[in-house]
Amino acid sequence: MLRPQTALPSRALLFLAALVWLLVTTLPFVFMLLTSVKSQSDVYLIPVWALPKTFDFSNYLNVLRGSFFIYLRNSIFVVTVSVALTLLLSSMAAFAFARIRFRFNGFLFGLVVAGLIVPVHVTLIPVYLMTRTLGIYDTPFALIGPYVAFSLPISIFILTEFMRQIPREMEEAAQIDGAGPMTLFTRIFLPLCMPGLATVAIYNGINMWNEFIFAYVLTSSPQSRTLPLAIWDFQGQYSANIPAILAVVTLTSLPLIAAYIFGQERIIQGMMAGSVKG
Amino acid sequence: MSTITSAKTAPIPLEKRRQWSQAWVAAAFLLPALLLLGVFLVYPLLTSFRLSLLNWNGLGNTAQYVGLHNWAELLHDSTFLTAIKNNGLLALLSIAIQIPAGLVLAFLLNKAGRGSTFLKVLYFLPLLMSSVAIGTVFRSVYDPNFGPINSLLRAMHLDVLAQDWLGNPSLALPSVIAVVCWQNIPFYMLLFLAGLASMPAELREAALLDGASKRVIFWRITLPFLQGTIRTALVLSLIGSLRYFDLIYVMTGGGPSGASEVMATYMYRTVFASFNIGYGAAISTAMFIIVAVAAGLALRTTRRFETEV
Repeated sequence: MLRPQTALPSRALLFLAALVWLLVTTLPFVFMLLTSVKSQSDVYLIPVWALPKTFDFSNYLNVLRGSFFIYLRNSIFVVTVSVALTLLLSSMAAFAFARIRFRFNGFLFGLVVAGLIVPVHVTLIPVYLMTRTLGIYDTPFALIGPYVAFSLPISIFILTEFMRQIPREMEEAAQIDGAGPMTLFTRIFLPLCMPGLATVAIYNGINMWNEFIFAYVLTSSPQSRTLPLAIWDFQGQYSANIPAILAVVTLTSLPLIAAYIFGQERIIQGMMAGSVKG
Repeated sequence: MSTITSAKTAPIPLEKRRQWSQAWVAAAFLLPALLLLGVFLVYPLLTSFRLSLLNWNGLGNTAQYVGLHNWAELLHDSTFLTAIKNNGLLALLSIAIQIPAGLVLAFLLNKAGRGSTFLKVLYFLPLLMSSVAIGTVFRSVYDPNFGPINSLLRAMHLDVLAQDWLGNPSLALPSVIAVVCWQNIPFYMLLFLAGLASMPAELREAALLDGASKRVIFWRITLPFLQGTIRTALVLSLIGSLRYFDLIYVMTGGGPSGASEVMATYMYRTVFASFNIGYGAAISTAMFIIVAVAAGLALRTTRRFETEV
């Protein structure tokens, strides 16, 4: 490895880097908000960073009067059901991997974790054909299966690590009291795993909320599409109306940003844990 | 009581019986997850390969078996080769830019400690946005007429530098990669912050007691400690770059004239715009093979690297 002879960046340099990155991350958001309240002609007539003479909220009103709430409802439905299923299935599997001795335990665990490298795109055509055959094409239900399946490898990985750290004595004590595997799972492991389950829920919830390609391919009408597709569909509708498009982007991003401001620490922890071996 | 009687009646040793029942319990707990993984990951993977042997437009029973014809064609397909090259460039630049930037910013946040909550909130904001949202915003940011980048350049009387960032074939890919970095640097920042948080304070304190300078601590203790995290980051960014799709599709659709084409955008167009299912399946299966081989190689070489250091 190259070993630079210079000292570590001084405080001033670090401060500068912090400032530059702050501008780089926030300015696009400022631009988005600012442009979304301009009138269409103002976009071309007044300087980019200037405030509009009159704030024009008609874009927001138009979007909210349109099908925005249908997209929102679909997103909430799909993400809630998929996260719940992911939590259930991955905690059950993690319990088996972490605490039950059976032949192929290590092999199967490795196989499940290897699922992490499968690109969504390889499964796209077959899942699309399957969805058509099952008659659930263009319904929110079409998204639940792929969302849960693609969340399982990372979730099982995180929860298995988590459950392995639960002391054996707790398990043995419960077994002496006559607890079977089912009781052990629901009464001991699930309650003790709450922080892990929260992590998995947050990490997958954010990913599913923002998912694009499955929602794009497996649904086609606003009646069954999720929020990221609202942006896409509005773009087709308002191709030249930049403020209207950016108003949609702002509105679709708002729910997660609001959640983030409330549960900032938790969400950062959740994303951290998800990223560790993601 | 009951165990004694059952041991008498059954010829199988008790230990063995217990293992049997455990296998059944394990199966019951694993089955739902494995079933779903089978239906949505394993079966599609195999089906993709089977479809790649067909010439099929996706309609009815018009599929023809053509053997490895699609695969042979793929090897000479200049668009596919360009896509691989672009994916490679994306991987290279992602690793070269995102990981160092993520490291520097993570150190910075780590140092700033408790006072950095405000910074954290703003720094991690891109992680919460969907790629469609980010792509859409940046299409406006890059717009040649009203976009802030060109406006800024013109305000600084650098009109010559004002460009059609996404419309110019030689600028499209670098412009897209810049946004990829914008979106992903916060992720690596988070990853390294998690790594730094898991570093025991005693390690640093002991070195300080031994009279090590800050620079020595950084190069000899902190960086080696983060080795595992850096390895994870390398593998993640390599795999991620090879299957990149959303942002590029939203911003350029792979254009102009294939300048920013990657494997996933090419596959998408082939299947859902040209309805060439067999060929699209060959592209996606090839993509899987490339990702799997790259991941395997990356894991092996980074592990070897670890034992040497």
